[in-house]
Amino acid sequence: MKPAPSFSLVARVLHWLMAVMILSMLFIGVFMASSLGPGYHRLVSLHRPLGIAILVLALLRLTYRLRHAPPPLPSDLLAVLKLAAKGSHILLYALMVALPLVGWGMLSAGGYPIPLWGNGVLLPPILPHNPAVWSWLRSVHTVLAFTLFGLVLAHIGAALFHGLIRRDGVLESMTGRKTPL
Amino acid sequence: MAAKSRGSSGSALRWLGVAAAPAALALGFLWAGGWLSPHRVTQNRLMGELHDAGSYGHGFRRAHSKGVCVTGRFDASGAAASLSKAAIFHEQSVPVVGRFALGAGQPYVTDNPATVRSMALRFMPADAPEWRAAMNDPPVLPLRDAQDASDFFSSQRIDPATGKPDPARAKAFGAAHPWLQAAAEKNAHRVITSGFADDTYHSLDSFLLVGETGTKTAVRWAMVPVQPVAPADAEAGGRDYLFQRLIADIHDHPLQWHMVLTVAGPQDAINDPSQIWAQDDRTIDAGTLTLNAVESEDGGPCNGLTFDPLILPPGIVASDDPILQLRSGAYMRSFSLRSGEKRGPSAITPAMTQAPAAESEKKS
Repeated sequence: MKPAPSFSLVARVLHWLMAVMILSMLFIGVFMASSLGPGYHRLVSLHRPLGIAILVLALLRLTYRLRHAPPPLPSDLLAVLKLAAKGSHILLYALMVALPLVGWGMLSAGGYPIPLWGNGVLLPPILPHNPAVWSWLRSVHTVLAFTLFGLVLAHIGAALFHGLIRRDGVLESMTGRKTPL
Repeated sequence: MAAKSRGSSGSALRWLGVAAAPAALALGFLWAGGWLSPHRVTQNRLMGELHDAGSYGHGFRRAHSKGVCVTGRFDASGAAASLSKAAIFHEQSVPVVGRFALGAGQPYVTDNPATVRSMALRFMPADAPEWRAAMNDPPVLPLRDAQDASDFFSSQRIDPATGKPDPARAKAFGAAHPWLQAAAEKNAHRVITSGFADDTYHSLDSFLLVGETGTKTAVRWAMVPVQPVAPADAEAGGRDYLFQRLIADIHDHPLQWHMVLTVAGPQDAINDPSQIWAQDDRTIDAGTLTLNAVESEDGGPCNGLTFDPLILPPGIVASDDPILQLRSGAYMRSFSLRSGEKRGPSAITPAMTQAPAAESEKKS
């Protein structure tokens, strides 16, 4: 079959960089939110700057994506799968932006100082101090994180479905390989 | 459709490949969240243990539930300025919001001088990051790490038959944790003072002060009262008498404490709050805390905050004491739980914290 057009190098670098960051972030998050152990504070201190970095990259990536159309999906892909692909990508972008903002907002509402680096560089609060809002956003942060993790799993499953079952070049359009697996 | 020619075993292997990566990640995620390790001391588990040990919940702190807000200021003496670049050790009139509380998890508990008393503070220098500190009146904390804490609160589980913890469990906890015995004895023999105002509050955990040049100095500290110390009354007063005495005292005159830093000597354990430090350690009077106003938690400035001891300014960093991590995580969880719950009125109501016209006469 003819090689499908690939994502641009910029798109691929952003994708794989963020893939590593987001997966790390999800694992750090679920671990620290249950932890009372010796790594707790270090992980919380890593979670904040990593989250902000993801927010910045997600906004850059969204801007790039809106200006550079991705390669088209194979024409023989079922319409419902195309729709699922499009919908899940929109949701992934939405969560990449929303999760850091909810985290930032919840700490703001909780009256926490929000150190970005060490304990001297602080982020300003983006919401007024309101404990009820803090509690609510803290739960929202968890729900959105689980949703994002579920989407990431579906995304990986779908990519492998393209790569191993359909072998239609979609996976390779992001890995950069010239020929299907 | 692309090639489907490798036969059914090849196809099954490929489908397995599709499923394996997400499944492995999902398993890892469950492990990270503690769902596959029932023995891990997680935040939820500790909250459950506190609940079973009689913590009231319903919008109140899971521990130290009965409290009152105070405000005032901190004036540095300058004596600790060379050890730490933190604004608190250099500046005058740093605004402070604080909270006095009883250590129990019941917000309507009857005041008893033997109950652990706590002082929590939020220092808010004008041009520097804030600092939060939470201190108790026993000199050491008879817990070494998260496992000790979990074991301790489990041992305090309320026996439904008696409505009290089973003494046999408490005894078993002591027997199973011989390394905590010295700390427990030290605390059992502490001087019990007459109230909040003449009590000494200890940092329990150790912290590292960081100087301008990066020097690190391990310290603990205590808030030592300027007020004369009197022993606890032989017979207890009414349900809220310790708080009422504090309110009357503050309305009568500002209350003051010296923040006395103790610098770790070569033999002192800085990663274990259950270890007693040497008696001849160097101490530094870092400044004076002055509290001049008191308010109910209902509408007061201390209720919507958690006094997480790891909210630290530049110039103070955490030691590698595991209890600091435990407190930080547990306070966060307690704060998010209680802030989402409907809360009843505090035992110490706004009416009780009003300046009493006649109250000040019957004080002490």
